[in-house]
Amino acid sequence: MSPTRQPGDTSPLRAPLFFAILALLILLEGLTTGWNSALGILNMGLISAIMALGINLQWGTAGLFNAGAMGFLALGGLAPVLISMPPTPGAFAAGGMGILTAFVVATIALVLSVVTWRRMPKGRARGLAVTGILLVGFFVYRALFDPAVTAIEAINPSAAGNLGGLGLPTLISWPVGALLAAGAAWLVGKTALGLRSDYLAIATLGIAEIIVAVLKNEQWLDRGVLNVNGIPRPWPVPYEIDLQARPGFAEKAQAWGLDPTLASTLLVKLAFLALFIVVILLLIWASEMALKSPWGRMMHAIRDNEISAAAMGKNITRRHLQVFVLGSAVIGLAGAMMISLDGQMTPSSYNPLRYTFLILVMVVVGGSGSNWGSVLGGVLIWYLWVKAGDWGPEIMQVVMGPVPEGDFKTHMINSAAHMRMLLMGILLLLVLRFSPRGLLPEK
Amino acid sequence: MSYLDASNMTGGYGKADILHGCTLTVEKGQIAVIVGPNGAGKSTAMKAVFGMLPLRGGSVTLDGTDITALSPQDRVKKGMGFVPQVNNVFPTMSVEENLEMGAFIRDDDFHDTMEQVYTLFPILKDKRHQNAGELSGGQRQQVAVGRALMTQPKLLMLDEPTAGVSPIVMDELFDRIIEVARTGISILMVEQNARQALEIADRGYVLVQGANRYTDTGKALLADPEVRRTFLGG
Amino acid sequence: MELINALVALTNYVIIPATAYGAQLALGALGVTLIYSILRFSNFAHGDTMAFGTAVVILITWGLQAMGISFGPLPTALIALPFGIAVTALMMLGTDRVVYRYYRRIRAQPVVLVMVSVGVMFVMNALTRFLIGVDQINFADGERFIISARTWNQMTGMREPLTLRTTQAITVVTAAITVVALFWFLNRTRTGKSMRAFSDNEDLALLSGIDPDRVVKVTWVLTAALATIAGTLYGLDKSFKAFTYFQIVLPIFASAIVGGIGNPVGAIVGGFIISFSEVGLTYAWKKVAGYLVPAWEPDGLVQLLSTDYKFAVSFVILILVLIFRPTGIFRGKVV
Repeated sequence: MSPTRQPGDTSPLRAPLFFAILALLILLEGLTTGWNSALGILNMGLISAIMALGINLQWGTAGLFNAGAMGFLALGGLAPVLISMPPTPGAFAAGGMGILTAFVVATIALVLSVVTWRRMPKGRARGLAVTGILLVGFFVYRALFDPAVTAIEAINPSAAGNLGGLGLPTLISWPVGALLAAGAAWLVGKTALGLRSDYLAIATLGIAEIIVAVLKNEQWLDRGVLNVNGIPRPWPVPYEIDLQARPGFAEKAQAWGLDPTLASTLLVKLAFLALFIVVILLLIWASEMALKSPWGRMMHAIRDNEISAAAMGKNITRRHLQVFVLGSAVIGLAGAMMISLDGQMTPSSYNPLRYTFLILVMVVVGGSGSNWGSVLGGVLIWYLWVKAGDWGPEIMQVVMGPVPEGDFKTHMINSAAHMRMLLMGILLLLVLRFSPRGLLPEK
Repeated sequence: MSYLDASNMTGGYGKADILHGCTLTVEKGQIAVIVGPNGAGKSTAMKAVFGMLPLRGGSVTLDGTDITALSPQDRVKKGMGFVPQVNNVFPTMSVEENLEMGAFIRDDDFHDTMEQVYTLFPILKDKRHQNAGELSGGQRQQVAVGRALMTQPKLLMLDEPTAGVSPIVMDELFDRIIEVARTGISILMVEQNARQALEIADRGYVLVQGANRYTDTGKALLADPEVRRTFLGG
Repeated sequence: MELINALVALTNYVIIPATAYGAQLALGALGVTLIYSILRFSNFAHGDTMAFGTAVVILITWGLQAMGISFGPLPTALIALPFGIAVTALMMLGTDRVVYRYYRRIRAQPVVLVMVSVGVMFVMNALTRFLIGVDQINFADGERFIISARTWNQMTGMREPLTLRTTQAITVVTAAITVVALFWFLNRTRTGKSMRAFSDNEDLALLSGIDPDRVVKVTWVLTAALATIAGTLYGLDKSFKAFTYFQIVLPIFASAIVGGIGNPVGAIVGGFIISFSEVGLTYAWKKVAGYLVPAWEPDGLVQLLSTDYKFAVSFVILILVLIFRPTGIFRGKVV
């Protein structure tokens, strides 16, 4: 890993080698801790890899810094709740129309104020008119919205209290999650792109906090911090109970030397794994095709030299908007997949370090601009993140061995779990400094 | 030997040389002007004198000392002053602060120098608490020259000081430059307004493709029909 | 009388808290803006720098308290503050030497430096949690109130309470002293002026013989001081929690950009714009409205926005500024 590494001098065996090491790590995890844990890490690692693919599209191919992956991920996660959960009986009748009307009013007020701003001559009258429209719009919106929300949240509050979903198959919710994230990304990108590069970072940081705040607080939508449980699994993933009840399953499991309960969990995880691998392969295929097309070559031209690309008449801001929306859609897709995997929506679990900044580490360590690098980085970093949480306290226990029992020792051992942040920070800094092209450099 | 003697300078930024054996000399208290067509390497030649361009051949001596290997900052300490063509002031700092920053490397009391600059450019004294970025183009050039004078240079180099200012302001700036030269400071400047500049020049250099084409006194160059026809538009 | 009651309620629930919060944001934004003007990138690690500095101050405060040292009616943390600044400054100088300096040498793009600051953010985050944990910590001691509700009642006989906490007064006074000292430094001293020159025109500053390494070092020390003071004041006023300090970068960035990034006056004005909008929009106006329009009996709290959405306020203001005036109110740099 010398800083003087020239582009192109990477061995073709590099990628297979790194993936073999990764496979070995997962294998070791399976043999030492158990297959349940190994498959768990692998599945979540693959979801992280999809997030990393989305970020890589933005950072790797266009140099756009998205500091709000968490937000797009959470928004994508809303899709399974709204699409695949059964509707709450009576909720739509109670307040659905009210909420929809409120949103229509809000949209009309916003459009009206934009039109007024554009049409009226510059001056105080314009400012007053726009402020007036927005204020009236806001109060009408609240007057319609608040009672509707109260009505919905009053319905069976211990188990529902929300609108519920459409009861459609879970797989449909995945592209919907991508669409939701794309919509939010379009709004942010439209305002923050074309300005200084770090303004996008700050704007995305903001939208992410707001999206998570909405998910935490709007009970009518997703029950907020009360969480939504029992989100249906995507086809063809089975349920453990159904598997166990299937005639002959227990015998087959025993023939493999497995306890039927464990066998059913493993089978479920394997089904998810297969589904995720299909999605990743599709994404990589689509992305490689896109990057080989004239559009992709132009993206690279823009990244490598914005000024000359602009001189050639390329509309850089528009291209950046496209790639930003696409990348965010991929993150939204990962968000929906993650919620389907977990089977529940827990808005308070969205943490920017884990879901925004760790993804950046995955992309940079894997190799900015390289899709297979993102997959490698996604699984590898996730593995390290999980394992460092286990190893930290164990290592500290050994280090602190000779130290007498007391407050200091307890403090050090309790704090050791934070070692993984330190590890990730140092890893990111080392890669940026000494191997800025990452483990699997872009070709 | 001349006060500034930059002889046989050869070099460029990348692989291709821009200067091909260019020689520039300035005597004490005299004004030397570099003119020539676009892309002739005028500004590059001046940057080479100031050490902002790596030289492959040739040498630069100032007052008999060889300074070829010195950095621009060290050349300032040796008595060179440089006024870049653009971005030559600190826009959100007052005129007085601009002058103070000009004197940054001086450890002694520089208030006399500042007074001299104010005597030379009286308008700067009136506007000394105003931000340099808010001044007119001509006034900003005066700040830029004043800033460079704060180190009490023996040689002042000006890169197109009259670029983008009106003809009246240009005449005034040239008058000031003559005044600076009268205080014993040698001047080396690059000019687009060749005719007016050669009128005040003790020595003129016509550069073409990084090499000296004509070298003479300003008056003689103005009188030379060949120079007039080719470079001064008749 | 009703009008006075309304004014008292407004002062108590909006003006005093928003002023204190605004002062904290302004100090934070000054740190961000300084780094931006000298090192030319948005420092994502600033919130964690504040957290680190505050954690050190808290540890020293505990040490002082254990030794029986106190500051009378004032919080002990104020004595610990200079030591906390010194430790944080060393930390920043070390980080610059080990991490940032290399990227200046190779003249990396600003967005690469933003990514690097994310790495630093992780490390600082871990160090802070290592030092002091993740729990909420209250470290304000000394006299709690300058004006308590009871004193106010005895003084004026008014039913409507007004309280002024010591930490709020200390926040405003300390912030004012810090800002005056900073502006004196930037506008009156040679080093301060050389920093402004460097921020204005880097090439000309180099030409004038200003030492860039020195400018950068001074900038980190000033940033460490501003971050530690801002963090300590915020912690005294509310409480210390590592994660809150991470989240506060959003309103801080918003303040700096709204005022005009790179412009110190803008950072201060921006801080107060954000704080007053945030507190004003999330305050339940029912009481004030009740005094002003006695006939009106609102059923709700007359709260425009739930406090859970306070970040939305910074965000919306930020977006509006980006749309209508990307250079900010006081024309900052847009490099």
